[in-house]
Amino acid sequence: MVFAMHAPDGFLSPGTALLTGIISLLVLAISLKQTRDQLKDKAIPLAGITAAFIFAAQMFNFPVAAGTTGHLIGGALAAILLGPAVGTIVVTIVVIVQALAFADGGLTALGYNVLNMAIIPSYGGFAVFRILRRVLPQTSGGVVGATGLAAWASVVMSAIAFSIEWLFGATAPVPFDTVFGSMVGVHALIGIGEAVISAAAVGAVLAARPDLVYGAQGLEQSQLAESKIGSRAFVIGGVLVALVFAAVVSQFAVDDPDGLERVAENTGFIDSARDHSLGDFIFADYATAGISNEALSLAIAGIVGTVVTLLVAYGLFVAVRETSDRDTASV
Amino acid sequence: MGAGHSHVLYVHEHSVIHRLPAQAKLVAALGMVVPIAITPREAVWAFGLYASIIAGLAGLSKVRPGFLFVRLLAVVPFIVFALFIPFIAGGETVHIGPVALSVDGLWGTWNILVKAVLGAGVSILLTATTEIADIIRGLSVLRVPGLFVSIATFMIRYLELIVDEFGRMRTAMTARGYDPRWLSQARPIATSAGALFVRSYERGERVHSAMLSRGFTGEMPSFDREAPTTSQQAAVTGLVALFFATSIVALIVT
Repeated sequence: MVFAMHAPDGFLSPGTALLTGIISLLVLAISLKQTRDQLKDKAIPLAGITAAFIFAAQMFNFPVAAGTTGHLIGGALAAILLGPAVGTIVVTIVVIVQALAFADGGLTALGYNVLNMAIIPSYGGFAVFRILRRVLPQTSGGVVGATGLAAWASVVMSAIAFSIEWLFGATAPVPFDTVFGSMVGVHALIGIGEAVISAAAVGAVLAARPDLVYGAQGLEQSQLAESKIGSRAFVIGGVLVALVFAAVVSQFAVDDPDGLERVAENTGFIDSARDHSLGDFIFADYATAGISNEALSLAIAGIVGTVVTLLVAYGLFVAVRETSDRDTASV
Repeated sequence: MGAGHSHVLYVHEHSVIHRLPAQAKLVAALGMVVPIAITPREAVWAFGLYASIIAGLAGLSKVRPGFLFVRLLAVVPFIVFALFIPFIAGGETVHIGPVALSVDGLWGTWNILVKAVLGAGVSILLTATTEIADIIRGLSVLRVPGLFVSIATFMIRYLELIVDEFGRMRTAMTARGYDPRWLSQARPIATSAGALFVRSYERGERVHSAMLSRGFTGEMPSFDREAPTTSQQAAVTGLVALFFATSIVALIVT
C-alpha cells in the first residue's frame, strides 16, 4: 500500500478532507456503539489488545518476490476475525495512533486516511466476504477462500476510494484516469499478498479456535473439519484473475494522449471552462482536465464509486442487524 | 512506513514544550496544521512564516534537528509521487535544459511538498515532546468518547508486548532455517499471525477476568486532568491565532 496509506497533510483539497472527515466521524459513531453492544464490558481489553495485534501485523513484512517485501493493511482481516464494527474501530485506532504518536500520516488527512484504511476495507471487505460465504461451500475451506477474495477486494476498494477522492479533491494536475489506472492497477497486485496472508491467518485461527472467527459463526464442528478441496486451483485462479484485472485497469493510466495533444486539449478545456456545467463545479478541475474521454472516465468513476459505497453500506447494515439480532436472542 | 513503529519517538527532555499539558499541545498541533492545509500554494511567504515558527518551536523543544530530519523522511513516498507530477502533468511548460516541466505541475509538487513537510514537522514535534499515554489522556480531556480512548490506551499498553511476541516467533522461525523469498513461502508467517491473534484474544479475555476480579464495572477510572496554566493557554491561543490569521491573509491576498 503506497499512496492510499498514511497520506500527509494537504494531499487532497481542504473541502475533501473536511467531507471525508464528517463521513468518517458518522461511521465511527455507529461503529463505536456496535462495538459496545457486541463486546459489552469486554470491549476495552479485547478491542485494545487486538488493536495491538493489528498494529503488530502491519509492521511485519512478508516476502513478495525475489526478496522484496510487503506488509498487511489488515482491514478485511480485522473485520472477518472481529466483525466489521469492531474491526473498523480497531484499525481506526491504529491509524489515529500512527498519526498522533508516530507522526505517520497528516492530522488534517485523518478523514480520508481513516475512511480509506479502516472504514472501507473493514465494512466493504466484510460485505464481500458475506456475499461470498453464500456462494462458497459451508466449510472452513469456504471461509478461507472468502477471506482471501474479500481481502483482495478490500485493498482494491481502498485504491478506488482514493482515486474517487482525487476526482473531487485533486491538488495537482494529474488526471483522474491516470490516478485511477495506476492506483487500482498497482493495488490489484498488492492485494494478492494481502489475500494470501489474510486467508492463511484466518485458516490458522479456524484450526485453533474456530469460535473466535466472527465471520465463521454458524459453522458446525463437522463442517469445519471438512478438508479444503482444490485450494491450489482456487489460489492460482484467483491470482490470474487479479493479474488480468490489474492489466486491464492500468490501461487507463497508459492510454494517455501524447504531450502535444494534451496541451491542445488543456487549452481547449480552459477555453470552454466558462460554459462548463455542473460536473466542473463538483469535480476538481485538475482531475478532469486532460482526460481523453471525460464521459467514459466519469461513468467509470460513478459505477465503481457506487459499487464501493453500496458494499460499505451493506457491511454497515449487516453489522447493525447482527448486533441487534444477538441482543434479542440473548434476552 | 511499515517498519520501526514500535520505537517510541519520544525524546526525553525538560523543555517548555515538554511541560505543556498534552491537550494543549493537541489543540496547538491541530491549530497549526489546519491553517497550513488551507493556505493557498501561491502564498510562499506564508509557508516561510510557518516554517520559521515551527523551527523556532523545535529549538524551544531541545529536540535535535537531525532527529527531526530523519523522522521527516517518513513522507518520502509522497514526495516521490509529488516529484513525478511536473513530468506527467499538462499545461504551460518551462524548459530546464532539455526537460520540459509543467508549470502547473511544479506548483502541484510544491503544494504537496510544503504542506506534507510542515504538517509532518508539527506531528513530529508533538510526538517527540509528548509521551503516548499523555497524548491519549489529552484526547480524553478533549472529549473524545471514553470507550474509544480506553481501547486506544489498552492498545498502547500492550503494543510492545504483542510486537515482541511476534518478533520472538520470527526469531524462532529464522533459527530453524526459515528464510522466505517468495509469497508462496509466506504461509508460516501468516499462520503465526493467526496464532498471534488467538494469543492476543485470549490475553484480552484473561485481562478482562483480572479486571473483573479487581472490581471493573465496565467504565475505566477517569484520568487526572492536568490543566494548562493561564500563560500556557495564552501562548497556545496566540500561536493558533497567528497561524489562522496568516492563512486568512494568504487566502485574501492570493
